[in-house]
Amino acid sequence: MENTQAQTGGGAGTVTAPAAHDEVQHHPLKVYFTVWIWLFILSAASYYVDYSGVQGYLRWTLILIFMMLKAGLIVAIFMHIAWERLALTYAIILPPIAILAFVAIMAIESNYTLFTRLLYFTNG
Amino acid sequence: MAQTSDQVSAAAPKRPGGWLGMVADWSSDQRSFKGVSWGKAMMWIFLVSDTFVFGCFLLSYMTARMSTTVPWPNASKVFGLHIGGADIPLILIAIMTFVLISSSGSMALAVNYAYRKNRQATALLLIVTALLGAAFVGMQAFEWTKLISEGVRPWGNPWGAPQFGASFFMITGFHGTHVTFGVIFLLIVARKVWRGDYDDGRRGFFTSRRGHYESVEIMGLYWHFVDLVWVFIFAFFYLW
Repeated sequence: MENTQAQTGGGAGTVTAPAAHDEVQHHPLKVYFTVWIWLFILSAASYYVDYSGVQGYLRWTLILIFMMLKAGLIVAIFMHIAWERLALTYAIILPPIAILAFVAIMAIESNYTLFTRLLYFTNG
Repeated sequence: MAQTSDQVSAAAPKRPGGWLGMVADWSSDQRSFKGVSWGKAMMWIFLVSDTFVFGCFLLSYMTARMSTTVPWPNASKVFGLHIGGADIPLILIAIMTFVLISSSGSMALAVNYAYRKNRQATALLLIVTALLGAAFVGMQAFEWTKLISEGVRPWGNPWGAPQFGASFFMITGFHGTHVTFGVIFLLIVARKVWRGDYDDGRRGFFTSRRGHYESVEIMGLYWHFVDLVWVFIFAFFYLW
Protein backbone atom coordinates (compact mmCIF):
# COMPACT_ATOMS: atom_id res chain seq x y z
CA MET A 1 0.00 0.00 0.00
CA GLU A 2 3.09 2.13 0.21
CA ASN A 3 2.71 5.32 -1.63
CA THR A 4 0.45 5.02 -4.47
CA GLN A 5 -0.56 7.98 -2.35
CA ALA A 6 0.38 11.38 -3.54
CA GLN A 7 3.11 12.34 -1.15
CA THR A 8 3.39 15.82 -2.41
CA GLY A 9 5.82 16.90 0.25
CA GLY A 10 4.49 19.97 1.99
CA GLY A 11 4.22 19.54 5.72
CA ALA A 12 5.98 16.22 5.69
CA GLY A 13 9.18 17.70 7.06
CA THR A 14 7.79 18.63 10.45
CA VAL A 15 6.05 15.35 10.96
CA THR A 16 7.43 12.64 13.15
CA ALA A 17 7.30 9.09 11.88
CA PRO A 18 3.77 7.79 12.15
CA ALA A 19 3.08 5.17 14.75
CA ALA A 20 1.28 1.95 14.03
CA HIS A 21 -2.18 2.11 12.48
CA ASP A 22 -1.88 5.65 11.25
CA GLU A 23 -1.49 5.62 7.54
CA VAL A 24 0.65 8.29 6.09
CA GLN A 25 -1.79 10.95 5.02
CA HIS A 26 0.08 14.17 5.36
CA HIS A 27 -1.32 16.02 2.43
CA PRO A 28 -0.30 19.62 2.49
CA LEU A 29 -2.94 21.91 3.96
CA LYS A 30 -2.95 23.97 0.80
CA VAL A 31 -5.03 21.32 -1.01
CA TYR A 32 -7.80 21.68 1.55
CA PHE A 33 -7.82 25.45 1.47
CA THR A 34 -7.95 25.41 -2.32
CA VAL A 35 -10.91 23.04 -2.30
CA TRP A 36 -12.60 25.05 0.43
CA ILE A 37 -12.32 28.23 -1.62
CA TRP A 38 -13.63 26.47 -4.72
CA LEU A 39 -16.60 25.15 -2.78
CA PHE A 40 -17.38 28.71 -1.74
CA ILE A 41 -17.07 29.96 -5.29
CA LEU A 42 -19.27 27.18 -6.67
CA SER A 43 -21.90 27.68 -3.96
CA ALA A 44 -21.94 31.40 -4.64
CA ALA A 45 -22.30 30.66 -8.34
CA SER A 46 -25.22 28.31 -7.81
CA TYR A 47 -26.87 30.85 -5.50
CA TYR A 48 -26.38 33.44 -8.22
CA VAL A 49 -28.24 31.18 -10.63
CA ASP A 50 -31.28 31.61 -8.40
CA TYR A 51 -30.62 35.28 -7.69
CA SER A 52 -30.32 36.20 -11.36
CA GLY A 53 -33.58 34.41 -12.12
CA VAL A 54 -32.28 32.35 -15.03
CA GLN A 55 -34.95 29.83 -16.06
CA GLY A 56 -35.33 26.74 -18.17
CA TYR A 57 -32.60 24.51 -19.48
CA LEU A 58 -29.81 27.01 -18.79
CA ARG A 59 -30.83 27.10 -15.11
CA TRP A 60 -31.00 23.32 -14.77
CA THR A 61 -27.72 22.80 -16.60
CA LEU A 62 -25.89 25.33 -14.43
CA ILE A 63 -27.36 23.88 -11.22
CA LEU A 64 -26.30 20.37 -12.21
CA ILE A 65 -22.79 21.42 -13.25
CA PHE A 66 -22.14 23.31 -10.03
CA MET A 67 -23.66 20.47 -8.01
CA MET A 68 -21.50 17.79 -9.63
CA LEU A 69 -18.35 19.87 -9.29
CA LYS A 70 -19.01 20.45 -5.60
CA ALA A 71 -19.85 16.81 -4.97
CA GLY A 72 -16.75 15.71 -6.85
CA LEU A 73 -14.47 17.99 -4.86
CA ILE A 74 -15.92 16.87 -1.54
CA VAL A 75 -15.71 13.16 -2.35
CA ALA A 76 -12.31 13.27 -4.03
CA ILE A 77 -10.38 15.54 -1.70
CA PHE A 78 -12.25 15.95 1.59
CA MET A 79 -13.23 12.29 1.74
CA HIS A 80 -9.81 11.22 0.45
CA ILE A 81 -11.15 9.07 -2.38
CA ALA A 82 -8.50 10.49 -4.69
CA TRP A 83 -5.90 8.74 -2.54
CA GLU A 84 -7.67 5.41 -2.04
CA ARG A 85 -7.09 2.29 -4.10
CA LEU A 86 -9.45 1.74 -7.01
CA ALA A 87 -10.98 -1.36 -5.38
CA LEU A 88 -12.51 0.83 -2.68
CA THR A 89 -13.22 3.76 -4.99
CA TYR A 90 -15.34 1.75 -7.38
CA ALA A 91 -17.08 -0.16 -4.59
CA ILE A 92 -18.27 3.25 -3.38
CA ILE A 93 -18.87 5.12 -6.61
CA LEU A 94 -20.55 2.47 -8.78
CA PRO A 95 -23.55 1.40 -6.64
CA PRO A 96 -25.04 4.90 -6.29
CA ILE A 97 -24.97 5.25 -10.08
CA ALA A 98 -27.73 2.61 -10.10
CA ILE A 99 -29.95 5.36 -8.67
CA LEU A 100 -29.89 6.97 -12.12
CA ALA A 101 -31.77 3.98 -13.52
CA PHE A 102 -34.33 4.43 -10.75
CA VAL A 103 -34.59 8.12 -11.64
CA ALA A 104 -35.29 7.23 -15.26
CA ILE A 105 -37.99 4.73 -14.27
CA MET A 106 -39.70 7.17 -11.92
CA ALA A 107 -39.52 9.99 -14.45
CA ILE A 108 -41.39 7.84 -16.96
CA GLU A 109 -43.89 6.82 -14.28
CA SER A 110 -44.39 10.45 -13.21
CA ASN A 111 -45.10 11.53 -16.75
CA TYR A 112 -47.70 8.80 -17.05
CA THR A 113 -49.29 9.77 -13.72
CA LEU A 114 -49.41 13.41 -14.80
CA PHE A 115 -50.94 12.41 -18.11
CA THR A 116 -53.71 10.39 -16.46
CA ARG A 117 -54.36 13.14 -13.93
CA LEU A 118 -54.71 15.71 -16.68
CA LEU A 119 -56.92 13.36 -18.63
CA TYR A 120 -59.34 12.40 -15.84
CA PHE A 121 -59.12 14.97 -13.07
CA THR A 122 -58.89 18.40 -14.63
CA ASN A 123 -62.21 18.54 -16.49
CA GLY A 124 -64.36 17.84 -13.46
CA MET B 1 7.02 2.11 7.32
CA ALA B 2 5.66 0.97 10.61
CA GLN B 3 4.05 -2.44 10.68
CA THR B 4 0.65 -2.95 12.16
CA SER B 5 -1.21 -5.93 13.37
CA ASP B 6 -4.35 -5.66 11.31
CA GLN B 7 -2.91 -4.19 8.17
CA VAL B 8 -1.57 -6.33 5.39
CA SER B 9 2.06 -6.99 6.10
CA ALA B 10 4.40 -4.83 4.07
CA ALA B 11 6.62 -7.87 3.65
CA ALA B 12 4.20 -9.05 0.95
CA PRO B 13 5.26 -8.15 -2.57
CA LYS B 14 4.20 -4.75 -3.82
CA ARG B 15 0.72 -4.94 -5.30
CA PRO B 16 -0.16 -3.64 -8.76
CA GLY B 17 -2.02 -0.33 -8.94
CA GLY B 18 -4.71 1.02 -11.26
CA TRP B 19 -7.19 -1.23 -13.06
CA LEU B 20 -4.91 -4.24 -12.86
CA GLY B 21 -4.73 -3.69 -9.12
CA MET B 22 -8.49 -3.44 -8.80
CA VAL B 23 -9.05 -6.72 -10.63
CA ALA B 24 -6.32 -8.39 -8.59
CA ASP B 25 -7.75 -7.09 -5.31
CA TRP B 26 -11.25 -8.35 -6.05
CA SER B 27 -10.45 -11.60 -7.82
CA SER B 28 -8.84 -13.76 -5.17
CA ASP B 29 -9.87 -15.14 -1.83
CA GLN B 30 -8.54 -12.29 0.27
CA ARG B 31 -9.54 -8.93 1.68
CA SER B 32 -10.39 -6.58 -1.12
CA PHE B 33 -9.74 -3.26 0.55
CA LYS B 34 -5.99 -3.27 1.04
CA GLY B 35 -4.73 -1.02 3.76
CA VAL B 36 -8.23 0.06 4.73
CA SER B 37 -9.12 -0.55 8.36
CA TRP B 38 -12.43 -2.20 9.21
CA GLY B 39 -13.66 1.03 10.78
CA LYS B 40 -13.16 3.00 7.62
CA ALA B 41 -14.60 0.26 5.41
CA MET B 42 -17.70 -0.02 7.59
CA MET B 43 -18.21 3.73 7.61
CA TRP B 44 -18.07 3.74 3.82
CA ILE B 45 -20.55 0.89 3.61
CA PHE B 46 -22.87 2.79 5.93
CA LEU B 47 -22.48 5.93 3.85
CA VAL B 48 -23.25 4.09 0.62
CA SER B 49 -26.42 2.70 2.18
CA ASP B 50 -27.29 6.16 3.47
CA THR B 51 -26.83 7.43 -0.07
CA PHE B 52 -29.67 5.15 -1.12
CA VAL B 53 -31.88 6.45 1.69
CA PHE B 54 -31.41 10.04 0.62
CA GLY B 55 -31.56 8.99 -3.00
CA CYS B 56 -35.01 7.56 -2.39
CA PHE B 57 -36.18 10.70 -0.61
CA LEU B 58 -35.05 12.91 -3.47
CA LEU B 59 -36.58 10.48 -5.94
CA SER B 60 -39.95 10.51 -4.25
CA TYR B 61 -39.75 14.30 -4.20
CA MET B 62 -39.02 14.28 -7.93
CA THR B 63 -41.93 11.92 -8.56
CA ALA B 64 -44.33 14.06 -6.53
CA ARG B 65 -43.20 17.25 -8.23
CA MET B 66 -43.29 15.84 -11.76
CA SER B 67 -46.68 14.23 -11.44
CA THR B 68 -48.66 17.00 -9.75
CA THR B 69 -51.03 19.12 -11.80
CA VAL B 70 -50.76 21.98 -9.30
CA PRO B 71 -47.79 24.37 -9.65
CA TRP B 72 -44.92 23.76 -7.25
CA PRO B 73 -44.30 26.59 -4.74
CA ASN B 74 -41.46 28.91 -5.74
CA ALA B 75 -38.63 27.99 -3.35
CA SER B 76 -36.85 31.22 -4.13
CA LYS B 77 -39.74 33.18 -2.60
CA VAL B 78 -40.72 30.69 0.09
CA PHE B 79 -37.24 30.65 1.57
CA GLY B 80 -36.54 34.31 1.04
CA LEU B 81 -36.19 36.69 3.95
CA HIS B 82 -37.22 40.29 4.38
CA ILE B 83 -34.05 42.03 5.52
CA GLY B 84 -33.55 45.77 5.74
CA GLY B 85 -36.58 46.60 3.66
CA ALA B 86 -35.66 44.29 0.80
CA ASP B 87 -36.77 40.78 -0.07
CA ILE B 88 -33.68 38.66 -0.58
CA PRO B 89 -34.44 35.35 -2.24
CA LEU B 90 -33.27 32.12 -0.67
CA ILE B 91 -30.85 34.00 1.58
CA LEU B 92 -31.24 31.79 4.65
CA ILE B 93 -30.49 28.67 2.64
CA ALA B 94 -27.45 30.33 1.09
CA ILE B 95 -26.09 31.19 4.54
CA MET B 96 -26.78 27.63 5.73
CA THR B 97 -24.90 26.30 2.72
CA PHE B 98 -21.86 28.44 3.45
CA VAL B 99 -21.92 27.47 7.12
CA LEU B 100 -22.00 23.77 6.27
CA ILE B 101 -19.21 24.10 3.70
CA SER B 102 -17.09 25.94 6.24
CA SER B 103 -17.69 23.17 8.75
CA SER B 104 -16.58 20.67 6.12
CA GLY B 105 -13.41 22.68 5.58
CA SER B 106 -12.59 22.81 9.27
CA MET B 107 -13.29 19.08 9.48
CA ALA B 108 -10.82 18.37 6.67
CA LEU B 109 -8.20 20.40 8.52
CA ALA B 110 -8.97 18.52 11.74
CA VAL B 111 -8.32 15.20 9.97
CA ASN B 112 -5.05 16.56 8.64
CA TYR B 113 -3.91 17.73 12.07
CA ALA B 114 -5.00 14.44 13.59
CA TYR B 115 -2.58 12.58 11.34
CA ARG B 116 0.11 15.01 12.45
CA LYS B 117 -0.86 14.06 16.02
CA ASN B 118 -1.42 17.69 16.88
CA ARG B 119 -3.92 17.20 19.69
CA GLN B 120 -4.83 20.79 20.43
CA ALA B 121 -5.34 21.86 16.84
CA THR B 122 -7.39 18.76 16.10
CA ALA B 123 -9.66 19.15 19.12
CA LEU B 124 -10.11 22.86 18.46
CA LEU B 125 -11.00 22.30 14.81
CA LEU B 126 -13.45 19.55 15.79
CA ILE B 127 -15.12 21.94 18.21
CA VAL B 128 -15.31 24.61 15.50
CA THR B 129 -16.87 22.05 13.18
CA ALA B 130 -19.40 21.08 15.84
CA LEU B 131 -20.29 24.72 16.47
CA LEU B 132 -20.84 25.38 12.78
CA GLY B 133 -22.96 22.24 12.60
CA ALA B 134 -25.01 23.38 15.58
CA ALA B 135 -25.44 26.78 13.91
CA PHE B 136 -26.73 25.00 10.82
CA VAL B 137 -29.29 23.04 12.83
CA GLY B 138 -30.29 26.24 14.61
CA MET B 139 -30.98 28.00 11.33
CA GLN B 140 -32.91 24.99 10.15
CA ALA B 141 -35.05 25.14 13.28
CA PHE B 142 -35.68 28.81 12.51
CA GLU B 143 -36.63 27.91 8.95
CA TRP B 144 -39.04 25.20 10.09
CA THR B 145 -40.61 27.56 12.63
CA LYS B 146 -41.08 30.25 10.02
CA LEU B 147 -42.65 27.87 7.49
CA ILE B 148 -44.93 26.25 10.03
CA SER B 149 -46.13 29.65 11.21
CA GLU B 150 -46.86 30.51 7.58
CA GLY B 151 -49.08 27.48 7.34
CA VAL B 152 -46.89 24.84 5.71
CA ARG B 153 -48.04 21.36 6.71
CA PRO B 154 -47.13 17.93 5.37
CA TRP B 155 -50.55 17.86 3.70
CA GLY B 156 -50.75 21.38 2.35
CA ASN B 157 -49.45 24.91 2.11
CA PRO B 158 -50.69 28.33 0.99
CA TRP B 159 -48.71 28.47 -2.26
CA GLY B 160 -49.28 25.41 -4.38
CA ALA B 161 -48.82 21.68 -4.60
CA PRO B 162 -49.65 20.09 -1.23
CA GLN B 163 -46.78 17.60 -1.54
CA PHE B 164 -44.34 20.46 -1.01
CA GLY B 165 -44.65 20.30 2.77
CA ALA B 166 -44.27 16.53 2.98
CA SER B 167 -41.15 16.59 0.80
CA PHE B 168 -39.69 19.54 2.66
CA PHE B 169 -40.16 18.17 6.17
CA MET B 170 -39.05 14.69 5.21
CA ILE B 171 -35.89 15.65 3.34
CA THR B 172 -34.63 18.53 5.48
CA GLY B 173 -35.77 16.77 8.65
CA PHE B 174 -33.80 13.67 7.85
CA HIS B 175 -30.77 15.71 6.87
CA GLY B 176 -31.04 17.85 10.00
CA THR B 177 -31.16 14.70 12.09
CA HIS B 178 -27.95 13.56 10.45
CA VAL B 179 -26.31 16.88 11.24
CA THR B 180 -27.48 16.69 14.84
CA PHE B 181 -26.05 13.22 15.34
CA GLY B 182 -22.90 14.41 13.61
CA VAL B 183 -22.51 17.23 16.12
CA ILE B 184 -22.84 14.77 19.02
CA PHE B 185 -20.37 12.42 17.33
CA LEU B 186 -17.98 15.35 16.79
CA LEU B 187 -18.12 16.40 20.43
CA ILE B 188 -17.38 12.86 21.58
CA VAL B 189 -14.38 12.55 19.27
CA ALA B 190 -13.18 16.05 20.22
CA ARG B 191 -13.25 15.07 23.90
CA LYS B 192 -11.25 11.93 23.20
CA VAL B 193 -8.67 13.83 21.19
CA TRP B 194 -8.40 16.56 23.81
CA ARG B 195 -7.92 14.02 26.60
CA GLY B 196 -5.26 12.22 24.59
CA ASP B 197 -7.14 8.93 24.32
CA TYR B 198 -5.56 8.25 20.94
CA ASP B 199 -2.07 8.81 22.33
CA ASP B 200 -2.22 6.72 25.49
CA GLY B 201 -4.46 4.02 24.03
CA ARG B 202 -7.28 4.50 26.51
CA ARG B 203 -10.14 2.12 25.84
CA GLY B 204 -13.49 3.45 24.70
CA PHE B 205 -16.34 3.29 27.23
CA PHE B 206 -18.67 1.67 24.73
CA THR B 207 -16.52 -0.63 22.62
CA SER B 208 -13.66 -1.21 25.08
CA ARG B 209 -11.32 -0.88 22.11
CA ARG B 210 -8.32 1.33 21.84
CA GLY B 211 -8.91 4.30 19.58
CA HIS B 212 -6.60 5.66 16.94
CA TYR B 213 -6.27 8.98 15.23
CA GLU B 214 -7.89 7.32 12.25
CA SER B 215 -11.16 7.72 14.16
CA VAL B 216 -10.97 11.40 13.31
CA GLU B 217 -10.81 10.61 9.62
CA ILE B 218 -13.74 8.19 9.92
CA MET B 219 -15.70 10.86 11.76
CA GLY B 220 -14.71 13.19 8.94
CA LEU B 221 -16.12 10.84 6.33
CA TYR B 222 -19.50 11.02 8.03
CA TRP B 223 -19.38 14.77 8.34
CA HIS B 224 -18.35 15.35 4.73
CA PHE B 225 -21.13 13.03 3.68
CA VAL B 226 -23.67 15.21 5.49
CA ASP B 227 -22.27 18.18 3.56
CA LEU B 228 -22.40 16.16 0.36
CA VAL B 229 -26.07 15.34 0.84
CA TRP B 230 -26.76 19.03 1.40
CA VAL B 231 -25.16 19.80 -1.98
CA PHE B 232 -27.81 17.63 -3.63
CA ILE B 233 -30.67 18.92 -1.48
CA PHE B 234 -29.61 22.50 -2.19
CA ALA B 235 -29.55 21.85 -5.92
CA PHE B 236 -32.70 19.78 -6.29
CA PHE B 237 -34.99 21.09 -3.60
CA TYR B 238 -34.06 24.74 -3.21
CA LEU B 239 -32.67 25.79 -6.58
CA TRP B 240 -34.55 23.65 -9.10
